[in-house]
Amino acid sequence: MSAENDLYQEVVLEHKRAPRNFGHLEQPTHQAQGTNPSCGDRISVELQLAGGTVEDIRFTGQACAICMASTSMMTEAVKGREVAAAQQLQQHFRAVLTGEEDPEEAPLGKLVSLAGVRQYPSRIKCALLGWHALMHAIAQNNDGGAGSVSTEDIQP
Amino acid sequence: MGDTDQFLHTSQLPVQALRAQFPVLQQSINGAPLCYLDNAATTHMPLAVQDAMRHFEQHDRANIHRGVHTLSQRATDDFEAAREVLKRFIGAGAQHELVFTSGTTEALNIVAQGLWAAGPGKAWLRAGDRIVVSALEHHANLLPWQQAARMSGAELVVLKPDAQGRVHEADLQALLTPNTRVLALTAGANATGERPPYETMLSMAAKVGALTVLDAAQAVGHTMPALSGLGCDFMAFSGHKMYGPMGTGVLAGRRESLDLLYPLRLGGDMVEWVSLESAGFAALPARLEGGTPNVAGAVGLAAAARFIDGVGRPALDQHLQALRAHAVAGLSAIDGLTVLAPHATQASLVSFISPHVHPHDIGTMLDERGIAVRTGHHCAQPLLDLLCQGPTTRASFAVYNTHEEVQRLIEGVAHALERLK
Repeated sequence: MSAENDLYQEVVLEHKRAPRNFGHLEQPTHQAQGTNPSCGDRISVELQLAGGTVEDIRFTGQACAICMASTSMMTEAVKGREVAAAQQLQQHFRAVLTGEEDPEEAPLGKLVSLAGVRQYPSRIKCALLGWHALMHAIAQNNDGGAGSVSTEDIQP
Repeated sequence: MGDTDQFLHTSQLPVQALRAQFPVLQQSINGAPLCYLDNAATTHMPLAVQDAMRHFEQHDRANIHRGVHTLSQRATDDFEAAREVLKRFIGAGAQHELVFTSGTTEALNIVAQGLWAAGPGKAWLRAGDRIVVSALEHHANLLPWQQAARMSGAELVVLKPDAQGRVHEADLQALLTPNTRVLALTAGANATGERPPYETMLSMAAKVGALTVLDAAQAVGHTMPALSGLGCDFMAFSGHKMYGPMGTGVLAGRRESLDLLYPLRLGGDMVEWVSLESAGFAALPARLEGGTPNVAGAVGLAAAARFIDGVGRPALDQHLQALRAHAVAGLSAIDGLTVLAPHATQASLVSFISPHVHPHDIGTMLDERGIAVRTGHHCAQPLLDLLCQGPTTRASFAVYNTHEEVQRLIEGVAHALERLK
């Protein structure tokens, strides 16, 4: 096992250097912020939901490479898909990181490149931060208010 | 990095002999010898400290201040002897008392809460009073004062640093009004290594009638003025940052100031008399030491003070400052890396940032090479928000660290930045 090969794969670093869907939506219908108090990472996710579909998604924030890459790949994976599919993907991703699901068998696509995080318990929070914000945004009532979630509130 | 060779093999300390006192260091992490550079969070304990604690547990353990039997007397003697050792260690005078706590955090909470908990009309803090804290503080010397202000109706005012993270006497002077009742200040900022001119600042605050609180967690293991020479009402520090046990610490201060504190832990061993309706509190230090204390911890803390005195604080500081200078020189030479507070040459830690690489990633890459550093906010989020808008990587040094280890740090950081940028 080596952090250099398992954790920081080239595809992960490439997403960290050039995160996809980074920025703000003009008129988000849902949004939420995730924070990791121990390291100060903050990720904000903005969504445009319509008819149970993630029509558009953007994110902003400052975070480590694992968090940035995970959130970047997350936006690619859920954009244009149904909310229910996004929630299922989140469950598979989390199950892989917590060791409950075999990465070879989970339908993760490109996100499988982050499976190495499961060997680094202190970094699992990093990989899940953007996903927490996404789940929290989806759960928001469509009242224009922004929610926030902390990694301290949720067991990985 | 070649220009740092001058730092190799220059220590005055018998570092290799000292390392033998720390068995925990004799291990590999991820296939490399452990290079422990997280000493500002927790230092390791030498065998002398572990032996002293084990001796207490195996020969003298009993509850203190109550039994008439021999072990209780021995345990009481051990506890009070530890108190005397630590009083001498910090240069306390006859006007001072020393209270054992679980650490700096508890000590600072005993002070801050003790100044409002007696309630309106009785507590030291009143509505409209001013509490001044610096922005360099660890959360443990900030949050209790935020609460004290809320509970008492006092106003919390912050002494802000300049862009380099320094605090200035003139800025403090402007904040010190006649109704300033507390100044809470660090003797060394854990996030940057900044050392405020605390001797002068405490005196300035004392002059306007404020109580002065010094967080000495990062300073007490190093050369510092005797407590009796400072305008200091309360001084707090931890055992585990000075080669002592975790969960131990000290609140020392002037007796008359400690007597102002409403005790937070009410119960056994801190009373003169008790009736079903009421109670009279005991005199210091018992007044602030309710409940059975961590006697083995106090014994270990005293042994840690003796260990530091045995090494010698001037020689220890010279060693640590040379390691820091080595680290600052090597890290500053890395493209895209910024060292915070490079001017803080007295510090035994170095905190740094890179615009392109997050500290957590650096920390994981260093751990891969067996190097332990701290990454994040270091419980000083407001300061880092002011200075660099985010977390840092911090390497901090202790008696057992070597220039070879600093070289490994520099090379490890350079590699991480190259790989992750």
